[in-house]
Amino acid sequence: MSGTFVGLPSFPQAAAVSTQDTQLRANLRHATRTIRDKRATAIGELSDWPQLRAAGAAIKDHTLAHLDHYLRQLEAAVTAAGGTVHWAADADQANRIIADLIHATGETQVVKVKSMATQETGLNEALQAEGITAYETDLAELIVQLGDDRPSHILVPAIHRNRHQIRDIFTDQMAAWGRPAPEDLTDDPAALAEAARLHLREKFLTTKVAISGANFMVAETGTLVVLESEGNGRMCLTLPDTLISLVGIEKTIPTWQDLEVFLQTLPRSSTAERMNPYTTMWTGTTSHDGPQNFHLVLLDNGRTDTLADTTGREALRCIRCSACLNVCPVYERAGGHAYGTPYPGPIGAILTPQLQGTSTPLTASLPYASTLCGACYDVCPVAINIPQILVHLREQTAQGGTTTSRGTPATATPASGHAAMRAAMRAATWTLTHPRTLHQAQSLATKTRRLHPKNPPGPAAAWTNTRDLPPLPAHTFNHWWKHHHSTEGTPQP
Amino acid sequence: MTIHQAPDGSPGPADGAREEILRRIRQALGNPASTTPDPTAVPRTYLTTHVHHTPEQRTALLADNLTDYRAHVHHTDQAGLPATVARLLSEHGTRTAVVPPGVPAAWLSAATGVDVHHDTDADPLTPRQLDAVDTVVTGCALAIAETGTIVLDAAPDQGRRVLTLVPDHHVCVIDASGQVVDSLPQALPRLDPARPQTWISGPSATSDIELERVEGVHGPRTLDVILVTSPPPSG
Repeated sequence: MSGTFVGLPSFPQAAAVSTQDTQLRANLRHATRTIRDKRATAIGELSDWPQLRAAGAAIKDHTLAHLDHYLRQLEAAVTAAGGTVHWAADADQANRIIADLIHATGETQVVKVKSMATQETGLNEALQAEGITAYETDLAELIVQLGDDRPSHILVPAIHRNRHQIRDIFTDQMAAWGRPAPEDLTDDPAALAEAARLHLREKFLTTKVAISGANFMVAETGTLVVLESEGNGRMCLTLPDTLISLVGIEKTIPTWQDLEVFLQTLPRSSTAERMNPYTTMWTGTTSHDGPQNFHLVLLDNGRTDTLADTTGREALRCIRCSACLNVCPVYERAGGHAYGTPYPGPIGAILTPQLQGTSTPLTASLPYASTLCGACYDVCPVAINIPQILVHLREQTAQGGTTTSRGTPATATPASGHAAMRAAMRAATWTLTHPRTLHQAQSLATKTRRLHPKNPPGPAAAWTNTRDLPPLPAHTFNHWWKHHHSTEGTPQP
Repeated sequence: MTIHQAPDGSPGPADGAREEILRRIRQALGNPASTTPDPTAVPRTYLTTHVHHTPEQRTALLADNLTDYRAHVHHTDQAGLPATVARLLSEHGTRTAVVPPGVPAAWLSAATGVDVHHDTDADPLTPRQLDAVDTVVTGCALAIAETGTIVLDAAPDQGRRVLTLVPDHHVCVIDASGQVVDSLPQALPRLDPARPQTWISGPSATSDIELERVEGVHGPRTLDVILVTSPPPSG
């Protein structure tokens, strides 16, 4: 797939294009509304949802507050169970470690279960450069990979594609990747799923190395947990000789008991199911059962920088359920690609700028990709206050401040564009505190209103690039008030 | 390859990464000497079960929730189990089946015309052999009523994880009197994290195409669950 996330346009530019795509908006509207209605029903079944949510947030906060302790405990437990633990400070280190592990097996093909972390590090492209082909096995990821596309949703990465588009992708592309699609393939979802089953089974039965992420890592026991629906996860986690799991350090939870919280909240929040069809748990290696070589790669890649921000760190509680995407009015219209990173939607708008810093036009624009309506906070099963962090990050992009980059304290400079805004605000403040000037300016504006361009020149253009300029009325409020007052007598107090 | 640790134990590059990440965490938290945390400090005011069931109600809820996710649920007792297994294999058109070593011989004693493979550590079937097997018959570790979930933990009557993965038809036998719990918080203390586990809630499914649920992408497409009540009927 061509999914490099570098150099993409900032959110307003990308959204200006995607919001004009009526097919995309129809696909998204159908999908997000379906999921969120079902989710409300699934959560309504649990009378203690607020308590589960509070416990989930507390467990994650507790883990983050002692993350060094729990990571060392996890490492010891995985090692004792026969696994090997590796540490990667950034994406390049992680990709290097994984490529070397694959080279050591002598294999050039690997199967992958869907993983946000490997998207984040650009693993598929890095492996391709090393002569290794990575096959995505999640149905939606397969659609994305065959379509030379990028995922647009955390949970349903091909949410932006409808059945006709998927049929065409399978028919056109499957042969280049392995077993071709059946000649008479229809766009019936069952037929499409069957085509994927046949296409992928051959790979599962022959591939010796698998790559995964994980939803949770239990420090106490060294157990890794993957939740999925299709069985492709079980195939990858069970059949190959070697399993390599790349997992963000924030996926750690302290105890086996903690799973009782997240295994209740994650499925209901994400797919609106009481439980997802398949959950796989493994602790190191097991003789005669499953992969006999297990490597865990622990990934930082900006997470410790996020941890250093006392306001923003709660984004690390995220369990990737995607409930915030499905309720977001901005996501529903702009689509996941507009966010330009593996993490779309409200969580992406706070996570990506923290993981990567706010120094690029894309990451500086993401904290503004929200209406601050708060729906994302309401549905979050670990109670991440996304609106608060959005405002915090807006302040940082507008005014700069202290931050942490690769473990080193740094000073963030205001993002470009904000200097013009601050100048405009200073001018506005002066005008608003001088009534006579304001009155003159308003009179002039209303009298010349037919001459106003739809897109004003200069710095003000930034505002109207993504918004419609409201029409000016024929008269100012002062003019209206005087007129109204003189004809209808004294107004009511 | 010296990416994580050189054979002589000297630090490789990734050992540097380990120390660097731990240093960054301690710096971020502002507590250079991390004390041993107390995970019991987390408030657990949520419920350990959402309803208090009689055993019959619990089994009924499990059956409802399994059916809701399109598993096929069958009820029988110990005496009727062999006939039920035989009927399900016959209805599925099963000609070859596989069983893990701990499955009692009685379970398949009434099945006729079925070639039964016994998968053992000494003589394991390869994935490709399993791909040609019609049905797998197993027990389970426990089942969770509230979520409609069956848990397999690779005990002798469940066998290797691959057995219940590659064949297209899974027949799972549950002891309704001893293996069904109400909820997740009741299930976890009964499970051993050192064992590999597969939690199954209905057959393989995907909703990736326009959110329309389709059964069976990679795992077994048909899941038959037999709930065995005891004691067997007298007479």
